[in-house]
Amino acid sequence: MHLLRKIGFYLVALWAAVTLNFFIPRALPGSPVDAVLAKLALRGPVAPETRQAIEVMLGADTDRSLFQEYFAYLGGLLSGDLGVSVTYFPTPVSQVVGQSLPWTLVLVGLATTFTFILGMVLGTLAGWKRGTWLDSLIPATTILQAVPYFWLALLFIYVLSVNLGMFPISGGYDYTLVRPAFDYPFLSNALYYGFLPALTIVLSSLGGWLLGMRNMMVSTLSEDYILTAEAKGLSPRRVMVMYAARNAMLPSVSGFAISLGFVVSGSIVVETVFSYPGVGFTMLQAVQNNDYSLMQGMFLIITVAVLAANLVVDLLYGVIDPRTRARG
Amino acid sequence: MATSTDPTSAVPNSAAPTAGTPGRLRASLRRLATPSLVIGAGLVVVITLFGLIAPFFVADPLAISNLGMAPPSAEHWLGTTQTGQDVLAQLAWATRGSLLVGVIVAVLALFLSAFFGILGGYLGGWIDEGFSLFTNVVLILPGLPLMIVIGSYVQQRGLLLIAFILAITSWAAAARVLRSQTLSIRTRDYVQAAKVAGEKPHRIIAVEILPNLLPVMSSGFVFALITAILGEAGLSFIGLGVVGTQTWGSMLFYAQNGQALTLGGWWWFVPPGLMIAALGCGLSLINFSIDGIINPRLRTAPKAARSVRRAEQGAERADDSEATTKEVLA
Amino acid sequence: MSTPMTGPVPPDHPAHDPDPNVETASAIARGELGDPALQDSLEQGRTGGDGSPVLEDPVLTVKDLNIVYEVGKGVHAVQDASFVLRRGEILGLAGESGCGKTTLAYGLNQLHRPPARITGGSVTFHDRDAAADVDVLALEGSALRAFRWSKVAMVFQGAMNSLNPVLSIRTQLGDVLTTHRPQMDRGERRRRSEELLELVGVDRGRIDAYPHELSGGMRQRVMIAMALALDPQLMIMDEPTTALDVVVQREILQEVLRLRRELGFAVVFITHDLPMLLEISDRIAVMKQGRIVELDTAENLYFAPQHPYTRRLLGSFPSLTGDAGDFVRAGFSGADQEATR
Repeated sequence: MHLLRKIGFYLVALWAAVTLNFFIPRALPGSPVDAVLAKLALRGPVAPETRQAIEVMLGADTDRSLFQEYFAYLGGLLSGDLGVSVTYFPTPVSQVVGQSLPWTLVLVGLATTFTFILGMVLGTLAGWKRGTWLDSLIPATTILQAVPYFWLALLFIYVLSVNLGMFPISGGYDYTLVRPAFDYPFLSNALYYGFLPALTIVLSSLGGWLLGMRNMMVSTLSEDYILTAEAKGLSPRRVMVMYAARNAMLPSVSGFAISLGFVVSGSIVVETVFSYPGVGFTMLQAVQNNDYSLMQGMFLIITVAVLAANLVVDLLYGVIDPRTRARG
Repeated sequence: MATSTDPTSAVPNSAAPTAGTPGRLRASLRRLATPSLVIGAGLVVVITLFGLIAPFFVADPLAISNLGMAPPSAEHWLGTTQTGQDVLAQLAWATRGSLLVGVIVAVLALFLSAFFGILGGYLGGWIDEGFSLFTNVVLILPGLPLMIVIGSYVQQRGLLLIAFILAITSWAAAARVLRSQTLSIRTRDYVQAAKVAGEKPHRIIAVEILPNLLPVMSSGFVFALITAILGEAGLSFIGLGVVGTQTWGSMLFYAQNGQALTLGGWWWFVPPGLMIAALGCGLSLINFSIDGIINPRLRTAPKAARSVRRAEQGAERADDSEATTKEVLA
Repeated sequence: MSTPMTGPVPPDHPAHDPDPNVETASAIARGELGDPALQDSLEQGRTGGDGSPVLEDPVLTVKDLNIVYEVGKGVHAVQDASFVLRRGEILGLAGESGCGKTTLAYGLNQLHRPPARITGGSVTFHDRDAAADVDVLALEGSALRAFRWSKVAMVFQGAMNSLNPVLSIRTQLGDVLTTHRPQMDRGERRRRSEELLELVGVDRGRIDAYPHELSGGMRQRVMIAMALALDPQLMIMDEPTTALDVVVQREILQEVLRLRRELGFAVVFITHDLPMLLEISDRIAVMKQGRIVELDTAENLYFAPQHPYTRRLLGSFPSLTGDAGDFVRAGFSGADQEATR
């Protein structure tokens, strides 16, 4: 029951995103179809089916009703047809999405998972040793949290890349040396290129997790069951992990959606600073080239990825909090 | 409630000393004026004053000159841009612009969150269900991509339009908090009593519920301000900000496009970022203090641990032979 | 940890009221209406009729214990508390909210929390299984943890939050055993846990339940089962029945008395509910502002209270002002509804 409710909610959210994606280009001023077709025309004749796909995606003055267009659009989405990219003509949008998505999934996914774990561990310790030097970590993370992601990225590039030459300035890998493959030269090169973007995301988002966890630890530690655990003579480690941290992390997990929104938004901008070949950078390329179909496709894929991540975390929450299972 | 008739009851209910009304007011003011609040408010006030006053005294921020990419000097305190514009002048106007956008967005977001959160929580039923679903959907859709999509279709991006876009993507988290708070306040005795007495709903919300939500709402406002300023900076930085208005984000956009990084022009891109960081930091510090009011344990628990440690150290110094060190913190 | 919401009626208005009922109350309180039959029935109720389980040798000696809350100039929560607890004895700790009874009881196990701090005195535990006495306040680290629960177990207001909501009963019973009996294997732990549940009248099938799936009374039984896990010699019970309804309260108390008879542990029982204490305690200590102002057998305290505060406390329970022994015959219902609601 609980599970069905959850899945139902995500279906509604997905429908909302898809529908927004359909209406925004139609409701706002300007005629994106003309802009895209004009650009396409510069590259050669436009096939009728291409023209139709773009019209369905972005809306045009055709004789079909909005209703018919909406269903044509949904049909297109189901068959994976998102139109053709102008920037990467004649590559279909879905293919561009497919190329850029892995970069972001790995970069943002790994960085976020790592930051979440690190924030939980440090927050646990800071809350456990409340009133000690660890509390002085809090102001430091506050400053980091207030720094915009992209500005931190700019500072890193300026100091570490431009002045010290330790890291590359931009890109996802050195295309003069390696080409994408699942082998050591490529992976190590990608790691080298991804280090600074990842570091930026980790440092910028750590503060939020840490602070939330620390505050929940402080609150949880005054619960009666902590006293019970201490009276039972359990080791401090067990009290800290199984009784305090286990319960204190629940709000961090259930509030994951809010935090992930920030991380994703921040990562998009970080990607553009580093010209990292992920969805954020690609989306902005599309914006700059008035490549509306690509932009809409990117919006859709980012939203779907965010929804999927939240669904996973939500299901995980059901596992770690038995109370949600019973409520079901 | 009061069980003790003796004013010198052995264990007080809270750590706060009880005193007469004027003394208590002063005591609670002193308790609220924590170092973090003072530093935070100080930062915010200084930056606000800079944004309000400085633009009247600086040169034209857009006037170009032949002195491009000049480091800080007596003439240009923060150096010049690639086209010889004065960075300090730009910073002054950008501060004003960013603050303006931030405040407008925060006010809009506050209204939206109060509407969906408080009204839904108070009315309950299918209205609450609907509002709650809507809030959660807005919350879960990533904000910046949506802003980018909307922003890219609109060529004439005015201040109000950008503020509106930022506001509709940033009210949901606060609305969720307000809703859960309203739900708990709604069941309290005095609200029930007001309902039974036949008070009108809008009066109950205004008189009985809103005052109790003030700490949460002010925390939400401060948070919305931070989010808005960071969001605007991000949007401007990728070139989708307000057209014709200088903000910290637009300064960074021009700095990156003007090769400030590769040409070594740190004076161009460091100040706006520092301003954002300082303001965000100040606002967060203010929020910590508000959190401390909402949840006193955050304040008292570390203090209690510290005071015992101090007392123990004192006791150890006074009497080494007595084994007083206990595993207080465990 | 004590509940500030409840507590005796403020003593200064009813006590000196020339109400006839109150007159009777103070007459009872002065011991003028002493009734030997009632004394016997009290004794009978506690011991189950086959003699007192209280032995003469002590299990715990507390001497001049002082606990201070390090707040501002310091609040003296417990001042010079001294008492000797005998094996198998139930000692009631009575007093209004904030009198320091909880602080005192937690100090016995070094469970007091910052800003509380023990500034002086001694707590000596006379271990049944070892020749040497234990200086409890000198224990630290792993020695203190090994002492806790195996010698002195605790039962808190279990209906509220004493059990971790996200861990199953099995885990929470089991981690006492994993910590203190590391040689036990998984199967043994499970058997022992199930045995403990049955001992306190909980179906062994509930072992995999989570706290939210149990009623308040069940949770409290689980707490007691947990407290019995290591066969402790002393059990500290902090308002164990306050949040429960009167019928369940009664069941739990009878369970505690039965287990005490069978297992012979001593109990420090904290509550502000004097009528309840009078019924179950062998001796009662009355606390006021951090001091033990009177310590005597339940009978003496009831029939011949010495300290004016004890008299005021007795006078503040309306059911004590009616027919003498009303609360005993009627069970707890009358007295408790007044006292705990």
